[in-house]
Amino acid sequence: MSILECGVIAPEFSLPSNLDRNVTLSEFRGKNVILAFYPADWSPICRDEFTLFAEVLPMFERHEAQLIGISVDGIWSHKAVVEQRKYPFPLLSDFEPKGEVSKLYNVYRYHEGTSERALFVIDKKGIIRWSYLGHMGVNPGADGIIEALESIQEGAENCAPKAV
Amino acid sequence: MAPLVLVEYGDYQCDQCGDAYGMIKKIQDDLGEQLKFVFRNLPMTTVHPDALSAALAAEAAALQCKFWPMHDLLFENQKELSDNHFEKLANRLNLDMNLFDAAVKKTKLKKRIEKEVEGAIRSGVNGTPTFFVNGSRYQGDWSFAPLFNYLENILSEERMSY
Repeated sequence: MSILECGVIAPEFSLPSNLDRNVTLSEFRGKNVILAFYPADWSPICRDEFTLFAEVLPMFERHEAQLIGISVDGIWSHKAVVEQRKYPFPLLSDFEPKGEVSKLYNVYRYHEGTSERALFVIDKKGIIRWSYLGHMGVNPGADGIIEALESIQEGAENCAPKAV
Repeated sequence: MAPLVLVEYGDYQCDQCGDAYGMIKKIQDDLGEQLKFVFRNLPMTTVHPDALSAALAAEAAALQCKFWPMHDLLFENQKELSDNHFEKLANRLNLDMNLFDAAVKKTKLKKRIEKEVEGAIRSGVNGTPTFFVNGSRYQGDWSFAPLFNYLENILSEERMSY
């Protein structure tokens, strides 16, 4: 099954986070949302995807976008990595049932039991407007996200909503 | 104009950029005038708290035409990055300290660095160090031999096209 694509309604979820509360997708309705699925906390620091995204956060915020990270790590790993690396956005734990939300987005690696490295940009109405399946060991950068957010801002209506 | 332009997006507090520093010096020695090296800022401030101040120190030194000496000193003294340290380096370079101190606080310099970061992101840069050769992202191994061979190959192709 391929990664969910532009035009699909983003599946709703509610997951525990490092913020000591569950985070629900629909709580961000009215804002753009960037979902960053990733295999595991603690990748090497200078090339780390989230270290980069932390630098780019002002650009995301200018486009009224909320960044959320999701992996199958437990919340204690999330809390530790956020404390050390100071990521200024929530990390959600797709731990129990394992990978359930990753499976909803078709980004679960069944063999390894982790999420893929994948990005989704969801618009203010909850529709996926852009998605990208990356390589496991490679930080995908933020340029695709920025282009997708700019296209939303410019009023592009490229994809008609489709049922999942 | 040099046939080779090597751009590095770097962070003065990043260990791997520190490793790259020595490697690039060697490449510069070997290729001489054939290579133009450009350094652009991508400070990863959430994990490198002194990276932005280091970048500001280098840009402030640039205003007194001492960018490269400051760039070099910063990488040669990576373990000591701090505000006091930048002042010491500025003194070592005989910079006008009043001008230097005023410059590092200038919003204009910070905005310039922010623009470089934005430029980096839009070019698909995903961490530090990231290299571009003649405008194309270099995806290979950035240790000395692979990068040097890559650059030499471009030079050979240029020579053959004459």
